[in-house]
Amino acid sequence: MTKIKSLFISLLLTLGVSTAIAGSHGSTHDLVKERGKLMCGSNTGLAGFGAPNDAGVWEGIDVDVCRAVAAAVFGDASKVEYVPTTSKVRFTVLQSGEIDMLSRNTTWTLSRDVDLGLEFVGVNYYDGQGFMVSKDLGVSSAMELDGASVCIQVGTTTEMNLADFFKANGMSYESVPVETNSEADAAYTAGRCDVYTTDASGLYASRAGYPDPSAHVVLPEIVSKEPLGPAVRHGDSEWADIVRWSLNAMIIGEELGITSGNVDEMKSSNNPEVLRLLGVDAGYGAMLGLSDDWAYNILSQVGNYSESFEKHIGPNTPINIQRGLNALYKDGGILYAPPFR
Amino acid sequence: MESYFVRKLIFDEKSRSLLIQTLVIGLFALFIYLIAQQTAYNLEKRGISSGFDFLNISAGYDISIRLIPFTSEDTHLRAYFVGLLNTLMIAVCGCFLATIMGFLVGVIRLSSNWLFRNIAYVYVEFTRNVPVLLQIILYYSILLHLPKIKQAIEIFDGFFLTNRGFFTPSPIFKDGFSIVLWSFIVAILASIFIKRILKKKQEQTGKQYPIFYINSALIIFTPILFYYIMGRPLEFDTPVLKGFNFKGGMVIRPEFLGMLFGLSIYTAAFISETVRSGIIAVSKGQREASQALGLKNNLVMRLIVIPQALRVIIPPLTSQYLNLTKNSSLGIAIGYADLVHGFGGISLNQTGRAIEIMLMVMLTYLTISLTISLFMNIYNKSVQFKGNA
Repeated sequence: MTKIKSLFISLLLTLGVSTAIAGSHGSTHDLVKERGKLMCGSNTGLAGFGAPNDAGVWEGIDVDVCRAVAAAVFGDASKVEYVPTTSKVRFTVLQSGEIDMLSRNTTWTLSRDVDLGLEFVGVNYYDGQGFMVSKDLGVSSAMELDGASVCIQVGTTTEMNLADFFKANGMSYESVPVETNSEADAAYTAGRCDVYTTDASGLYASRAGYPDPSAHVVLPEIVSKEPLGPAVRHGDSEWADIVRWSLNAMIIGEELGITSGNVDEMKSSNNPEVLRLLGVDAGYGAMLGLSDDWAYNILSQVGNYSESFEKHIGPNTPINIQRGLNALYKDGGILYAPPFR
Repeated sequence: MESYFVRKLIFDEKSRSLLIQTLVIGLFALFIYLIAQQTAYNLEKRGISSGFDFLNISAGYDISIRLIPFTSEDTHLRAYFVGLLNTLMIAVCGCFLATIMGFLVGVIRLSSNWLFRNIAYVYVEFTRNVPVLLQIILYYSILLHLPKIKQAIEIFDGFFLTNRGFFTPSPIFKDGFSIVLWSFIVAILASIFIKRILKKKQEQTGKQYPIFYINSALIIFTPILFYYIMGRPLEFDTPVLKGFNFKGGMVIRPEFLGMLFGLSIYTAAFISETVRSGIIAVSKGQREASQALGLKNNLVMRLIVIPQALRVIIPPLTSQYLNLTKNSSLGIAIGYADLVHGFGGISLNQTGRAIEIMLMVMLTYLTISLTISLFMNIYNKSVQFKGNA
């Protein structure tokens, strides 16, 4: 009888403890500080956006958002652990608390924002779904793709846009679902499909890795809005604010002409917004629960948005993407951050 | 009176074990209940919606490999059935092919021909010891390196082999074809009847009749006869290369073939070992005795060895069928649109209902497996010793 009793008690204890663990919801900011590093969900490998380089160091404009947050929180942009996620598991990984934030070319949509318990905090790349075909098919418009086989990554908004686009134009297609970007590349180059469709940025990134990039063409039609941005868990506004303003600081940095090269000189600028941003005028860091030099750390270690863009995906990189929509609002794009005051 | 019950519960062995078992079951139920509660609470706290209402929302994606019509406007529930049918299709085709290959290889491994025996040996040892996922990916990659669509190989008239699948003509049934079908069914029933009568005669008179040849001729020629009587009510739609792809006809996709080859070649290796052990398990004396009675070699096999070997073969064969069915969920690796890939992957991602969908998928696999076990157990009973041996 005592055995049963002790069994019962230990069972109750285990249950109680596990309930306590599952029920505890400390603020993400505290959790990150305690851990000493940021757990950031990234792509499994998308050149220019989030992929490890030859030395195994993660690089890309999505990765730079993670680095900016680490710079803001720790004053050290390298204190990030990257968790590669497939398009399928990314939300579950974030919901379960395995990562602190997701920065992985993820489209901000209503159902994801509302129904999945996520919070999108901004847009770091305005994208749209495009189609890539081999040049020797002689296709010049997506409207000529009736009957084609289309390679598509599963679990993405592109899948639904594709269905809508072909339906709306009365065309048929064969969908060839693949799991990752690299599998899509393999299937497309082997000729399993005529068309590879994903966000145009992804097409450029893939094309850069093909043996003969010039043999493939991205068709002019952009069939969807794909605002890509970082996301955090719903319900922790303090943490969402930190991630949102880390991204905004990079955009405002470009707007004010602050680069990683001139950030120290800019500290003696006479523009009050520059002084507020760089923490010379104190008080703005405390509002976020950060040190006053948080934005200074971002701009000196990661650089402003333009630097990040030019370094990873701009015209001088193999990816070769023009700024286009992603130029600042004053340069003809739609990139716009709320004022820093 | 009360103390009597308490004493009985503690000191009577039967009552005591009953009490303990009840307690354990109760605690287990409580445990499950608490986990479910906690999960529901956590989901709600994180603002994640739950429930099965998503099943009636339109899926929004297309599935190319399907047995029933499906468009992006159909519901997630229909996507579930499309996936389920694809899973069943690969499981049935895979089990069928694996059984045939397994029996062949199993018999060859016992053959007296040194070369055949050792080829079978190498095949079994290689496939058995390499993970099935790698084999599936290997066969799929080979299929992807078949000629591209524009350089399709025409094997026979209207049969094309490409890396987008195997295109074949599809049958178009016209009026009167159902009569051909019925004649086929009637022929089968008649052949069963004929077999019974001739067997009876054989037992009475001892005279042997060529039952097999009579019945084969009956089953093959009756439908052909009716086919011509009805004015050939069958036409074929041949695939034609038009634009990007072949139009018309039927197609077997490389994703399906990759799965089929991977699963059946892998499982056949295990089945062949089961078959071999079953045949070896029949004692040598049985064979020698039947040969001494003057039975020919193929009759020894058919009448004496195989019926006894089946008793040993069926139970492990069942578990191989279950393995193959469960392994079909690996289709996700090469984009075969089975239950896990379509409903359990894409629908899950579009709706975010991970717990609900995974529960449904798991229960489905459980049901399929239990059904296979049930039928195999019934079959197993039918081949076991009858009477009180």
